[in-house]
Amino acid sequence: MAGKTLYDKLWDDHLVKQRDDGSALIYIDRHLLHEVTSPQAFEGLRLAGRKPWRIDANLAVPDHNVPTTDRARGVEGIVDPVSRIQVETLDKNCDEFGILEFKIKDQRQGIVHVIGPEQGATLPGMTIVCGDSHTSTHGAFGTLAHGIGTSEVEHVLATQCLVQQKMKNMLVQVNGTLAPGITGKDVVLAIIGTIGTAGGTGFAIEFGGEAIRALSMEARMTICNMAIEAGARVGMVAVDDSTIDYVRNRPFSPTGEAWDRAVEHWRTLHSDVDAEFDKVVELNADDIKPQVTWGTSPEMVTGVDGQVPDPAQEPDPIKREGIVRALMYMGLKPNMAITDIQLDRVFIGSCTNSRIEDLREAAAVVKGRKVSPSLKQAMVVPGSGLVKVQAEKEGLDKIFIEAGLEWRDPGCSMCLAMNADKLGQGEHCASTSNRNFEGRQGFGGRTHLVSPAMAAAAAIAGHFTDVRELIH
Amino acid sequence: MRVFKQHQGIVAPMDRSNVDTDMIIPKQFLKSIKRTGFGPNLFDELRYLDEGKPDQDSSKRPLNPDFILNQKRYQNASILLARRNFGCGSSREHAPWALEDFGFRVIIAPSFADIFYNNCFKNGLLPIVLEENSVDKLFAENAAKDGYQLTVDLEAKTVVTPSGESFGFTVDDFRRHCLLNGLDDIGVTLEDAELIKSYENSRRVTAPWLFH
Ligand code: SF4
Repeated sequence: MAGKTLYDKLWDDHLVKQRDDGSALIYIDRHLLHEVTSPQAFEGLRLAGRKPWRIDANLAVPDHNVPTTDRARGVEGIVDPVSRIQVETLDKNCDEFGILEFKIKDQRQGIVHVIGPEQGATLPGMTIVCGDSHTSTHGAFGTLAHGIGTSEVEHVLATQCLVQQKMKNMLVQVNGTLAPGITGKDVVLAIIGTIGTAGGTGFAIEFGGEAIRALSMEARMTICNMAIEAGARVGMVAVDDSTIDYVRNRPFSPTGEAWDRAVEHWRTLHSDVDAEFDKVVELNADDIKPQVTWGTSPEMVTGVDGQVPDPAQEPDPIKREGIVRALMYMGLKPNMAITDIQLDRVFIGSCTNSRIEDLREAAAVVKGRKVSPSLKQAMVVPGSGLVKVQAEKEGLDKIFIEAGLEWRDPGCSMCLAMNADKLGQGEHCASTSNRNFEGRQGFGGRTHLVSPAMAAAAAIAGHFTDVRELIH
Repeated sequence: MRVFKQHQGIVAPMDRSNVDTDMIIPKQFLKSIKRTGFGPNLFDELRYLDEGKPDQDSSKRPLNPDFILNQKRYQNASILLARRNFGCGSSREHAPWALEDFGFRVIIAPSFADIFYNNCFKNGLLPIVLEENSVDKLFAENAAKDGYQLTVDLEAKTVVTPSGESFGFTVDDFRRHCLLNGLDDIGVTLEDAELIKSYENSRRVTAPWLFH
């Protein structure tokens, strides 16, 4: 019999019941909540007269609607009344059901996928769900983590379980060594460029290979974060020393004897050498360049030295039509150089790239330089209050401010523009977020996805430029 | 949940691939704390010429005459015909809520994004995967005939065209059972409450660090 994949192990560990019809009940260890996808779930519980099954498995935080300036006023500081009601509703629901919430003025507040790992609320071997597709981020810790819809949020609250179908196993193996200046973001964009936005549909992806093993936990989180952009609900990386070092001494992490037992178990969380995958994709790390998206889907991506594609060269009619439409929306011409794309704004933040390492990388590029006067705005939004504190301790805030970038308070911010931070119509933005869909960062806004270092370089130049030339 | 057995209705074509959830329901409408009322903002950025805001009366907004759902023949459509990777992007259930609120009961496409596909079933909306060439054929037939209707039979797992041509589809048994009977799956899961408790108790022993 073939060995088990990491996904198989996590699945088997959490299987409560295999049903005859092929579906299964899976136990959920950690449930993260935020204000956008939970109100209807709490309402549903109340209407049905049900209670949460296990209070201490839940952790809540408002992030999507919180303003990134003037936070001293707390909820009162949210100008848009509809946004305010949503945050107030989360507060009310958590208070009523006794669920731990890091409220808007709590220093631990931040983007839900940043605070989970930061607190040790994300531990290897767990099943983790949240009403948010980027829950795949937590898979970086050897967890089975994925996004769910609001009906499932209610289901998890009420039963601590989910009804699931087992997915297929995919291994994305990145061989070789990454060149200096190439980050986790470039790796994952290159992967999506290779397999497409539906390439992982129906699969749980494990990212492996020498290049992944060499990455920090933060970079692994960036990669797993965007598994969903490749169509896979689940992205994972096997547990190793980096994983264990990261979770040690976090507020929710076990201690003493429990820690030792946990570590012993965590060491088994990798695919067996003889495990079989339904699909294997291999990439060569040496080939990966800094990536920039030119279109309205994360798969519309190329190296910074590349060009905007020419639809006339695309044989597949559906894809060709997609390119034509994307170029029209993005206001770009076929065959133009990526480095000729002029920018209006730069956004460094989001659950993909707002951790301390991301901010360090961006700060290293802008240090001693000035943001191009052609830009309307360049902003840095740390992923959590604690990331902000750490960055300020290291003086990163000063580096950003001196270079002409704005230094904000934590939240989702311009990643999806549910708060006041948005793009204007037709504006081009170099963004470290994960989605470049039409209107994602504001009505008519044009998003280009890049790494924090590339966004920083673009802020200095006013257009895309190869960050490797700035750091050498 | 509403029972779904059979459905016959007008077909609206959405002829583009990778229709994402931001397109189905732009984020400004996610601020609602209700489940209903999203229909007028379905495909908001494609459907209207101005920028939509929550809590606004959409019936007075300028419509984009080129958008498919604004054309007279598709006003009462209840079946959406779509292309590859429909529903990609976020996990927001507001996307199926908006489709359902508009009046859709069925979406047919060559492929769907996983989370969206799953969310549809929870809201009495049936996503059907058909082969790409079958979908092409339906697009062509639909374009050729005003008032074109399809009949979807969940019991028989078929999509039948006006000429009587039938396309079979697959759907997993549990989801089909829930839709056919209008079952709330929390209720179904809670029938196994004892099993969940005993699993939990054994985990408290083998992995105590997960409970605190
Ligand atoms: S930062 Fe963006 S992608 Fe991440 S949770 Fe917030 S809105 Fe979603």
